[in-house]
Amino acid sequence: MSDLDTFRMDARAWLEENCPAEMREPMKGDKDACWGGRKFVFQSDAQKIWLERMVAQGWTVPTWPKEYGGAGLSRKEEIVLLQEMKRIDARNPLSSFGIWMLGPALLKFGTDEQKAEHLPPIARGEIRWCQGYSEPGAGSDLASLKTKAEDMGDHYIVNGQKVWTSYADQADWIFCLVRTDNTGKKHHGISFVLFDMESEGVEARPIKLISGRSPFCETFLSDVKVLKKNLVGEEHKGWSIAKYLLTHEREMIGNQEGVTRPLHEIAASSLGLQDGKLADPMLRAKVAEAEIDEWAFNLTMKRKLAEAKAGASLGADSSMLKYYGTELNKRKHELMMDASGHEGLEWESERSNDGKMARSWLRTKGNSIEGGTSEVQLNIISKHILQLPGA
Amino acid sequence: MALVLNEDEVMMRDMAQGFFAEKAPVKALRELRDNRDETGFDRGLWSEMAAQGFAGIVVPEEHGGVDMGYLAAGLVAEQMGRNLTASPFLSTSILAATALKHGSEEQKAAWLPKIASGEAVIALALDEGVKHNPRGTATTAEPSGNGFKLNGAKAMVVDGHVADVLIVAARTSGEDGDADGLSLFLVDPKSKGISTERTIMVDSRNAARVDFEDVEVSGDALLGTLDGGMDVLNGVLAAGRGIAAAELLGAGAQAFEDTVAYIKERKQFGEIIGSFQALQHRSSHLYSEMEIARSAVVGALTALDEGHEEAAQFCAMPKAKLGSVAKLASQEGVQMHGGVGMTDEYDIGLFMKRIRVLQELMGDAHYHMNEFAEANSY
Repeated sequence: MSDLDTFRMDARAWLEENCPAEMREPMKGDKDACWGGRKFVFQSDAQKIWLERMVAQGWTVPTWPKEYGGAGLSRKEEIVLLQEMKRIDARNPLSSFGIWMLGPALLKFGTDEQKAEHLPPIARGEIRWCQGYSEPGAGSDLASLKTKAEDMGDHYIVNGQKVWTSYADQADWIFCLVRTDNTGKKHHGISFVLFDMESEGVEARPIKLISGRSPFCETFLSDVKVLKKNLVGEEHKGWSIAKYLLTHEREMIGNQEGVTRPLHEIAASSLGLQDGKLADPMLRAKVAEAEIDEWAFNLTMKRKLAEAKAGASLGADSSMLKYYGTELNKRKHELMMDASGHEGLEWESERSNDGKMARSWLRTKGNSIEGGTSEVQLNIISKHILQLPGA
Repeated sequence: MALVLNEDEVMMRDMAQGFFAEKAPVKALRELRDNRDETGFDRGLWSEMAAQGFAGIVVPEEHGGVDMGYLAAGLVAEQMGRNLTASPFLSTSILAATALKHGSEEQKAAWLPKIASGEAVIALALDEGVKHNPRGTATTAEPSGNGFKLNGAKAMVVDGHVADVLIVAARTSGEDGDADGLSLFLVDPKSKGISTERTIMVDSRNAARVDFEDVEVSGDALLGTLDGGMDVLNGVLAAGRGIAAAELLGAGAQAFEDTVAYIKERKQFGEIIGSFQALQHRSSHLYSEMEIARSAVVGALTALDEGHEEAAQFCAMPKAKLGSVAKLASQEGVQMHGGVGMTDEYDIGLFMKRIRVLQELMGDAHYHMNEFAEANSY
């Protein structure tokens, strides 16, 4: 038996014994996800125990080094672990921007002190992070950001406004892009800093979206003190970290777990079948096309990850995956709304689980805007892959 | 499912890449066309392809092939797509070889070695109407003496004008539209009662209309079981669709790359037109679609090699996907080439024509979307 097979057997046995039955049920809604952090309230004992046990194994961040709360697994072992978790439908024990975004950036660009200070609390789900990138005047043109960090010797004083800060009102710390120099080209003079959301001068206001939900905030920064030990990488050169991190974000958004029930089942349960065929023949064709695309897209995610050397970034192909994955997801939700007809329009009712489908449909509209719009992704493909002039 | 090529496969791809670029580039197709070549492909090239192992790529070693499987065959087909190489690879090395694997020991021994050596060209006579519809096969085979008597008319018989033997699908029982009741026969195209018309197609490649009037064949001409032809055909068409998708991938990729190269050179309004965002975004969208389509081809052919139980459905999926995507690549290609895209001098139009034929062969995107929905009970 190979080492990998041994690992699989061990992981399977451990998961069987340690994953609570409740944590093998499908999540009913957003609130069933565990985000951790100072303000998080566990929904159940099982949720808490599951997190604690996975933390003890180092399996919330399986590939991170042990000293930072990980298990030091290889990429192949991580895949096996995920397969074994999927096998018993185990829920993800911890959803975290710290794990998905900041962690990889700190591992690559952070000092030993920064890693030791910030990575273990991320791994343990004790500190929840948010991302301070976009500003009212810097969306797609992110590098034109203006939030200013003034050099005061051993610290900076930060002033400005961030927007579309995911869950800023529930986060403990923020990783934030600030301008430390505005004399050169716009990509120069950006720095990557970390600070506590409880610092004086930080105010997060939720933004109400078309879905009726508020996953994003406006974040106002007035004379916020940021110690220089919390500067990641070199001063003025934060753009390369920002880009690295965006690549991770794109892979994540492009790869979001889609609707678990096949589209055609949702359509069939709503519209019914006639002579064994979906009752709306025009919709039937579109559903088939979308399902074939979804199959091919999922294969593409796997292929690109397999092609990239273990741990390597996908580079500009992450833009392709983000673009395609989000546009496909929007398409699927449009088709679901088509199939659901009047029922899909119910916003407040028992039958609709308070407008679950409609709210999800509206939420997907942001997929192709956040993390760089589809148009920005197409620009990146044009420039870095096709190498077209002036892109 | 391995989605990354292994060393052998990379070697096969590289070998095929060099071989077709050197021996059978687009220029070779133009020459065949302009000289109104009798055969429609270069028999010398076909012999060389056999010597390279391409002709017998899915033929078992005991019958003289190299038996490298369908993914490897797809890598070869992709390079043929890139060069618009004319050859009986699809008809003979894929469709016929796959069908004959279901044959009797005598049939295998008679034909598989000749496929691998490049001595035989074998054509599948399946389609009849204007669209691909195997279940609608109306050609009949009635018992006659100790054999059968065939009547009917076949169309789009690829390489049928030069075939040494035809594999003919005919109804032996059941009704129009039934999957059961079809049978396959190995038929000598010189048999009494067969008339063949060569049909040069829009892509300058060849097919034939073949009419059967009281054509007598012996009992041992039956390939596979009586009335069980669809079982064989399912495997044959799965392979054919997967390989046609691979060729479409190559043709689409080359059309796309030629177009990107063109818009990097062409100037209008004092600017390289590739600097215009209107073209950049369409090109980048197409890049994305081609990458998605490539995964579908690799995934499907791998499933076929692994004997996955849903392999036949998987092979239809890239055929559906490429039917749309390669077509888009050729249409965008002509449009972005502008006026020269309409000229015979530029290759982009030749790609458009080949892609049009390939997407139609063995079912277009609409056909396969419908089949996909049916297979999933909706």
